[in-house]
Amino acid sequence: MKKSITAFALCAALGAAGCTNPDRFAAGGAGAGGLGAGADGGIGTSVLDPSSPAYFQQAVGDRVLFAVDQSTLNDAARAVLDGQAAWLISNPEFTAVIEGHADEQGTRDYNLALGARRANAVREYLVSRGIAGHRLESLTFGKERPIAVCSDETCYTQNRRAVTVVAAGGLTS
Amino acid sequence: MIRILSVLLACCLALPVLAQGGPLRIEITEGVIEPVPFAAPAFVPETPQAAEVARQITEVVAADLTGTGLFRRIGPDAFISQVSDFNAPVAYPDWRAVNAQALVTGEVAVQGSALIVRFRLHDVFAGQEMGSGLQFQGTVESWRRMGHKVADVVYSRITGEGGYFDSRVVYVSETGPKDNRQKRLAIMDYDGANTQFLTDSSAIVLAPRFAPSGDRVLYTSYSSGRPRIYLLDVASVSTRALDTEAGSMSFAPRFAPDGRTVIFSQTQDGNTDLFTLDLTTGTRQRLTSAPSIETAPSYSPDGAQIVFESDRSGSQQLYVMPATGGEATRISFGQGRYGTPVWSPRGDYIAFTKQNTGRFHIGVMRTDGSEERLLTASFLDEGPTWSPNGRVIMFTRETRGASGEANLYSVDISGRNLQRIPTTGGASDPAWSPLQN
Repeated sequence: MKKSITAFALCAALGAAGCTNPDRFAAGGAGAGGLGAGADGGIGTSVLDPSSPAYFQQAVGDRVLFAVDQSTLNDAARAVLDGQAAWLISNPEFTAVIEGHADEQGTRDYNLALGARRANAVREYLVSRGIAGHRLESLTFGKERPIAVCSDETCYTQNRRAVTVVAAGGLTS
Repeated sequence: MIRILSVLLACCLALPVLAQGGPLRIEITEGVIEPVPFAAPAFVPETPQAAEVARQITEVVAADLTGTGLFRRIGPDAFISQVSDFNAPVAYPDWRAVNAQALVTGEVAVQGSALIVRFRLHDVFAGQEMGSGLQFQGTVESWRRMGHKVADVVYSRITGEGGYFDSRVVYVSETGPKDNRQKRLAIMDYDGANTQFLTDSSAIVLAPRFAPSGDRVLYTSYSSGRPRIYLLDVASVSTRALDTEAGSMSFAPRFAPDGRTVIFSQTQDGNTDLFTLDLTTGTRQRLTSAPSIETAPSYSPDGAQIVFESDRSGSQQLYVMPATGGEATRISFGQGRYGTPVWSPRGDYIAFTKQNTGRFHIGVMRTDGSEERLLTASFLDEGPTWSPNGRVIMFTRETRGASGEANLYSVDISGRNLQRIPTTGGASDPAWSPLQN
């Protein structure tokens, strides 16, 4: 997840056109993975299809993070979402479900509402960047689906998130 | 599973109704420090085949009473006299000698598939019965309920409060790792016995709530892919989605005391407000329309008011407003955030979850927000539910860390007698039923 944000920071510096360049970013990301694998090697060397959900997730960056009890998008989040918007414009056959999440430090109902707020903040930003509202659905998981399971800020910061999940075709609801 | 138990005055016993007001009395509100010692010798089986169930029923009665923290059982080893004939005169001096203040005697008969339990409560130091002997009749399979009913009467006579033992709890059973927790609805007796699963774990389910009659349960499920409220019939275990607006998300449902109105939160365009739905007519009504979060609504027992949480002031706080909507009055003013308010069935308190400086508490306050009292403290306590008599609160306690697990606990409203409720695996979001009939 941190990797994709870093990748996108590079993207942002190079501009939206650079972001969709498959050679630079897919290869770069995969290369880093290959190095990390060490002697085993041989993994992740294929080039991601820039129109694939995997590319969106890994190279564009599928998520933004929030401060405690907040749904405001910071600069880093807006940069990621600019990339998401560019990708969605380049890939008009895709729709997206935006999943809002909260950390465990809150009551269940409130966190459902907070997750919905976060998802909606992302949705509204993407709409403001030219994505048609009917392509975007927001959903909340509250604190029900953390990705990091420790009970301190290193995990909480990863769990306070909105994840954009892209799929080819229409939305189900 | 639902069975009607007949409650009959045992005509054959011909017992006089004694005046109340003897020395055997527990005032729960005054804070009991020393539990009342009681003896419950094994109920007498009318036939040898009833011996085992008679013993089991006695244990349920004793466990119910002991579990309140208000009573202490005197073990049979200390007994001077035995009870082998339910109708024989009680040797009060023998029970006084072992310092039993209360004595529960009983008799159990099995007739085919029918089970008959008769019992008497004795005020040992007054040397007389406390109230009339009673008889309960049910099926053999319902033996635990018979024990709970006996204990409810004993508790009620000694405390002057309604009982709560013949009740059930619907909750979310949890298995699996924290980042992929599997959840399904389960229902059990209040003490953790007789667990039955009501849904599978194919979708996340949250926060079940009983109807006032106890026969139906509202809950939230992701079975459609989005959080949506459902109504489940307990007897048939059939479920249906309630009519909420397309494209919206709904959660935090709760019945009104009328049993036909459902109040819940609905989220549209990121904003969460309160709505009601009439189950009979399908009429929907919006109660709030602020840009803030309004959720976790709960009715007063008379149905006239609701308490809910809102962050309209900038942080999560509790508010009371008329059940039809309108102006809301903030009632929480202490440090920290307040959520999940639940009105006591007696109408005297509101239970809540409080979050302050990294700790969670279950607390109670008067309905105007005064007399706030925190009952628990831990890494994560949340979601109180009231016992039918409004004297005990059950809630979820979750432990910290990657291996953190949720379990159910209960505490009485004085903050004493914290207990873990035995469940199979993890458990969260308990909702206590009314007393069964």
